[in-house]
Amino acid sequence: MHAIHTEDLTKDYALGFWRKRPYRALDRLTLDVEGGEVFGLLGPNGAGKTTTLKLLLQLVFPTSGRAEILGRPTGDVAVRRRIGYLPENPYFYDHLTAVELLDYFGRLLGLSSADRAARIPRLLDQVGLGAERRLPLRRYSKGMLQRVGLAQALVNEPEVVFLDEPMSGLDPIGRRMVRELILGLRDRGTTVFFSSHILSDAEAACSRVAILAGGRLVSSGRLADLLAFGIKGWEVVVEGVSREVADKLRAGAASLTPIAEGRYTVELPPSARPDQVMAEFSSAGASVVSINPVRDTLEDFFMRQVAEHGHAREVRL
Amino acid sequence: MTAGRIGAVAVSVFRESVRDRVFYNLLLFAVVLVGASVLVGQMTAGQDIKIIKDLGLAATSLFGLFVAVFIGVGLVWKELERRSVYSLLAKPLRRTELVLGKYLGLALTLAVNVAVMAAVLYLVLAWMWWTSPENLRAAWEAPALDPALLVAFLLIYFQLLLVTAVALFFSTFSSPMLSAALTFGLYVIGHFNADLKHFESIVESKPIVWMLRGLYYLLPNLAPFDVAGEVVHGQAVAGGYVLMTIGYASVYIAFLLAAGAHIFARRDFK
Ligand SMILES: Nc1ncnc2c1ncn2[C@@H]1O[C@H](COP(=O)(O)OP(=O)(O)O)[C@@H](O)[C@H]1O
Ligand SMILES: [Mg+2]
Repeated sequence: MHAIHTEDLTKDYALGFWRKRPYRALDRLTLDVEGGEVFGLLGPNGAGKTTTLKLLLQLVFPTSGRAEILGRPTGDVAVRRRIGYLPENPYFYDHLTAVELLDYFGRLLGLSSADRAARIPRLLDQVGLGAERRLPLRRYSKGMLQRVGLAQALVNEPEVVFLDEPMSGLDPIGRRMVRELILGLRDRGTTVFFSSHILSDAEAACSRVAILAGGRLVSSGRLADLLAFGIKGWEVVVEGVSREVADKLRAGAASLTPIAEGRYTVELPPSARPDQVMAEFSSAGASVVSINPVRDTLEDFFMRQVAEHGHAREVRL
Repeated sequence: MTAGRIGAVAVSVFRESVRDRVFYNLLLFAVVLVGASVLVGQMTAGQDIKIIKDLGLAATSLFGLFVAVFIGVGLVWKELERRSVYSLLAKPLRRTELVLGKYLGLALTLAVNVAVMAAVLYLVLAWMWWTSPENLRAAWEAPALDPALLVAFLLIYFQLLLVTAVALFFSTFSSPMLSAALTFGLYVIGHFNADLKHFESIVESKPIVWMLRGLYYLLPNLAPFDVAGEVVHGQAVAGGYVLMTIGYASVYIAFLLAAGAHIFARRDFK
């Protein structure tokens, strides 16, 4: 049994007011996610990620195909006790506080009052909501709502969690909190299925990814393979570089950009190895401040996939 | 179908309405009623307690109508508009249970609403009784603290329950503005519905008569819920009549809720 299973899952939306014509938001998606995996559903805006999640939660009904969660059809109410869902840009009830919202949802999930009293404060601590948890949600910022959204998705200690763009609306500290939360869930054996249009979000947490573009599965596989595929070069910031060394580098490296006195950005080809780069610079008397891979953005990656393989084909990495 | 989950939804509706609108509604009602009775008392020197009763019952109907329609049309729509329905329906809650819970929550709100209004009316009447001389009291057609008023309140409540079901039904597939307009429309028609039955005396054409007959049976008939006239004049309202009317409301409400839940259960939440 897979934690999540979809088979030719397809969704057409009707466009147009008078003369309705179908618009295919998701086209024959077939996907399996194993128990305990952290699975990333990636793709640019409009790729069909949210549509996929809504189909899995049966917020919209499929045009054709089917989906199962924990071996049960998505419409099964009993299976909802065992899952959690963070919608995209979540919004709740203006008049409730975060604590009241979680209590309400806890009741619907059939949690005892002892369980609710124990879990709710702990969860709110975990997502980084302080004293504001006693304020009505109408006074929350987008980032705070995102945190409440995460907490409500976890209140029943679910076996499978669906997170739609969990890092959106959060500052870097918030993003790290989400990453740690996801890794913590993974360590407990929870299956995490999340969507993102930002590759680095996935990089930090996923074991496997699927990439959607234009409603179609473009590729799926282990993230490491995908990333190797995507590296375009390296960007190195070095310090304490003398004029002679700079001239020597200029001869060899792809490009050299001065930032400040003795500090340069050096761009190296994808074949460069970070450890060798470090060694070479220090032997030249310079110190390396940072080394970063230059990657395709997901958009670049999709454009190339589409150009190379045609839109309709599924590519296995 | 779990009572616990429906109850949780109902309680949340009740709490929300208590937190914002309904309280002011009641306050306004109390002020209007007390103010009017003081005024009437001064003008007529307490001669006619009927006016107060009429005013109290009419105000309960009217204020209740506004609560039923304006909260009723937003019950489901607001969940969709604000997208709170996404996280809500990811919980083990059937869409039908959501619709029922919302309805019961507003039914509870209306019950409290009508009960408080009844209490205010009785208080005002008690005060009128207290301040009126013996000879005036003797001239009243019905006692000031007439228990029959409770029957009028009960039927007003069931009428409001029916109106709420109409509002909720419309709101499962149309905007709140349209739903409110349709509900008010049906409310007005509902009070003149009985006329449809007697159109054959005016209209010649048989098909039109049948159509109007059909409408008569299809549209809600609200006139029977209004017994203020009888009660205020001290005429008895038969128990059988009250039960029949409540039975009619219950059947109508059941159909509306079933149809609304049926539509809501098949919608895409975009
Ligand atoms: N309710 C809707 N009606 C019509 N088209 C929609 C609707 N929701 C989404 N779409 C379209 O379906 C496609 C996929 O959307 P979505 O699943 O939201 O993408 P993503 O979450 O990957 O950004 C987009 O082209 C979007 O415009
Ligand atoms: Mg999306």
